[in-house]
Amino acid sequence: MLSALMTAPVFAESKDQIEQYQLNMTKGATDISAGVYDMHMLMFVICVLIGAGVFIAMFISMYFHRKSRGAKPANFHENVKVEIAWTVIPFVILIFMAVPAMNLLIDMEDASEPDVSILVTGSQWKWHYKYMDNDVEYFSKLATQADQISGKLPKGKNYLLEVDRPLVIPTGQKVRFLITSDDVIHSWWVPDFGFKQDANPGFINDAWTKVNDPGVYRGQCAELCGKDHGFMPIVVIAKEPAEYAEWISEQEAVQQQAKAEEQRLLAMNMTMEEAMDQGENVYNANCAACHMPNGEGLPGVFPALKGSQIAVADQPKHIDILINGVTGSAMQSYAKQLTMSEIAAVVTYERNAWGNDTGDLVQAKDINSAMNGQ
Amino acid sequence: MTTTTDDTQHDSHADDHHEHHIPYGIKRWLYTTNHKDIGTLYLWFAFIMFLTGGAMAMVIRAELFQPGLQIVEPHFFNQMTTVHGLIMVFGAVMPAFTGLANWLIPMMIGAPDMALPRMNNWSFWILPFAFLILLSSLFLEGGGPAFGWTFYAPLSTTYSADSTALFVFAVHIMGASSIMGAINVIVTIFNMRAPGMTWMKMPLFVWTWLITAFLLIAVMPVLAGAVTMVLTDKFFGTSFFDAAGGGDPVMFQHIFWFFGHPEVYIMILPAFGIISQIIPTFARKPLFGYASMVYATASIALLSFIVWAHHMFTTGMPVAAELFFMFATMLISVPTGVKVFNWVATMWRGSMTFEVPMLFAIAFIVLFTIGGLSGLMLAIVPVDFQYHDTYFVVAHFHYVLVTGAIFSIMAAVYYWLPKWTGKMFHIGLAKWHFWCSLVSVNVLFFPMHFVGLAGMPRRIPDYALQFADFNKWISIGGFAFGLSQLIFLVLLVKACKKQGDPVSAQVWEGAEGLEWEIPSPAPYHTFETPPVVK
Repeated sequence: MLSALMTAPVFAESKDQIEQYQLNMTKGATDISAGVYDMHMLMFVICVLIGAGVFIAMFISMYFHRKSRGAKPANFHENVKVEIAWTVIPFVILIFMAVPAMNLLIDMEDASEPDVSILVTGSQWKWHYKYMDNDVEYFSKLATQADQISGKLPKGKNYLLEVDRPLVIPTGQKVRFLITSDDVIHSWWVPDFGFKQDANPGFINDAWTKVNDPGVYRGQCAELCGKDHGFMPIVVIAKEPAEYAEWISEQEAVQQQAKAEEQRLLAMNMTMEEAMDQGENVYNANCAACHMPNGEGLPGVFPALKGSQIAVADQPKHIDILINGVTGSAMQSYAKQLTMSEIAAVVTYERNAWGNDTGDLVQAKDINSAMNGQ
Repeated sequence: MTTTTDDTQHDSHADDHHEHHIPYGIKRWLYTTNHKDIGTLYLWFAFIMFLTGGAMAMVIRAELFQPGLQIVEPHFFNQMTTVHGLIMVFGAVMPAFTGLANWLIPMMIGAPDMALPRMNNWSFWILPFAFLILLSSLFLEGGGPAFGWTFYAPLSTTYSADSTALFVFAVHIMGASSIMGAINVIVTIFNMRAPGMTWMKMPLFVWTWLITAFLLIAVMPVLAGAVTMVLTDKFFGTSFFDAAGGGDPVMFQHIFWFFGHPEVYIMILPAFGIISQIIPTFARKPLFGYASMVYATASIALLSFIVWAHHMFTTGMPVAAELFFMFATMLISVPTGVKVFNWVATMWRGSMTFEVPMLFAIAFIVLFTIGGLSGLMLAIVPVDFQYHDTYFVVAHFHYVLVTGAIFSIMAAVYYWLPKWTGKMFHIGLAKWHFWCSLVSVNVLFFPMHFVGLAGMPRRIPDYALQFADFNKWISIGGFAFGLSQLIFLVLLVKACKKQGDPVSAQVWEGAEGLEWEIPSPAPYHTFETPPVVK
């Protein structure tokens, strides 16, 4: 609280660049999102007119038919014609809303014949993107520093709406998103694209977009998904198709190289110091959200690693949990998320930090053999 | 609707006789089977829960006062939003309406008490235990429920804390209490109406509660089923909501909202009844379209069973289902519109005065209409894809629940309080309460429409910088609304101490109905000999 007060002036300064008091929905970046905006405005105008009509009648009555003005009460209490009128007229108005809404919805739900397909997988609290037509996949996580959230550092312009690796899509092409989840329900939402779609574990939903202009589009997870639901942003960069093609082939090359590099690292041994350094970084980026930076977890929800039997004694079990996760719990598999040397480093770190002084040093090849069931 | 006066005369003799036998002390309240005592218990319980749930809202708004995490951790923040919702729905709004039903239905239909008085005692007294269990779970290791009041699986099953078992048990007790209350209302209305009190002569509050009671009996067992499946999925290895075992997490939402949508009407139909009692009194003119009000209430109740999936448009339903639920939902606006038009027509060419109950009733009509219209916008599937799970939705349901249901409860309390205590409440405090609440509630909830449209999701403890200024205003409105309720607390304490000027039997100049023909305060026992309604 004190630190928050102390940084308040800094915060006010950085906030100046941010447009405050946005009143209305965005028109967005696609034809669909513009259609959604128009539909929203049509509904809004009709609702304002209906509301205004009702309120004007009420306030006229409240002004003129007051006892203090000497109004004598009439005694009418029904009128079939009026009652039929105000049942039928709203019904007709509804039809005028329903028809354009139906047409727009049918367009939105037609995800057929895509140019690019991307599998979007939510997990607590990051997104995974896998390009179905290329050999490219990666995780995308919040990039805002913890110190900005706690108020120790001034907040940046894109506070909570920035990620380490944004999704990249081509402009002018139909991009289909296949959306699913590894754990709880998440919801993938970029307001500029005009839709949100739930990510349900065990099921795949689809949605699509066709972005007109290059640019950076930001969104957030929209379905309560646990502790860090508010810290699960989405950033999409739309590039011209040529630039996109260049980017995707570059990524393919980089990812192939990384796999080769991982094989090479298998043969190498880290020193304790290297492992602890790398392990601490990996831990803070991937594990600290639940197990906490001090390794004490959140009692009753996320187990402590400090002094835990698995972290100080049962090393094979420890490695197994990192690779396969724990079924029926929030602990996910990190086999896909981290390289073998990263897993080795983080296991080493967890077995030696916070007074877990086992002295164990785990190497990438140990992880490799555990993965291959040896 | 009038009674023969000699009946009333007779009553007051009988009442004098009984006054001597009113039990006193704690045993009076523990053992009571008197509908008035039980009504009072329900109302005070609801008010205490309202303040408790409100305190949690204050924590939420304090955290959201500015960007960054200042006061609470995200995990605790989620517990606050969850328990705030559960307490307000099951602890504040529903018990308050049951309290009003207990006090008013027997007096309105000329019955001596509720039909099942011992069950009445039981249905109240299990409630405090339900909420003690729920609240105590906040202090357990791992904390209380943190999955939203809608407890979507698998967040509430595989990924929840062990206190989920207590949450499930608490919801079961609340459900049992509601079902017993509903049975009591139905049996009372069917069997204990005074001679001449035909169906279409019943006050609208009685009608709306009768329909609400049927809704309760229909859907509370569905909720019980949902929480039981959550319990067995979490603790006993079933896979109702787990795809890995052949289940489906979206099925949870279908089951929950099959309960949840009628639940929305459970929380608003009695409000319609209250407003339909108050407007004619202060317009000094009979309710316009009594019969159409009854039919509109029944149609809303029936339609409420076929619109549940409009809460789930983003779950990936087939287009045909989305269209069906969109059209069905839009249809509900027709009978709801009829009600609003009827109230305005009742006011039209009346002779209006603006006592405190009327102020709350008028605020109800205006603000509930705003909430209803944003509901109509939410029904439109393609735009709902944008609105869904944003603060626009939060604004919508707080307009219908706070300025709708809760304002109607406050209107009802001010309207009938002099009848209950025999003394006029402190009018100055009441007006302060009204005006402070009216202004602050709009500072609190109106800007939520804007931040929602601008893209702020619900249920987040921290937000991007462009939402900062509005959130500051929302929090200020929230604190002011919270403080305004303390005025109400003071007023109620004064009223219960029987301070104030004595009132006549009719209390309000234009009031009509059986409850206004018995003396004020209402004697401990009323209508032991049924009145005859002409």
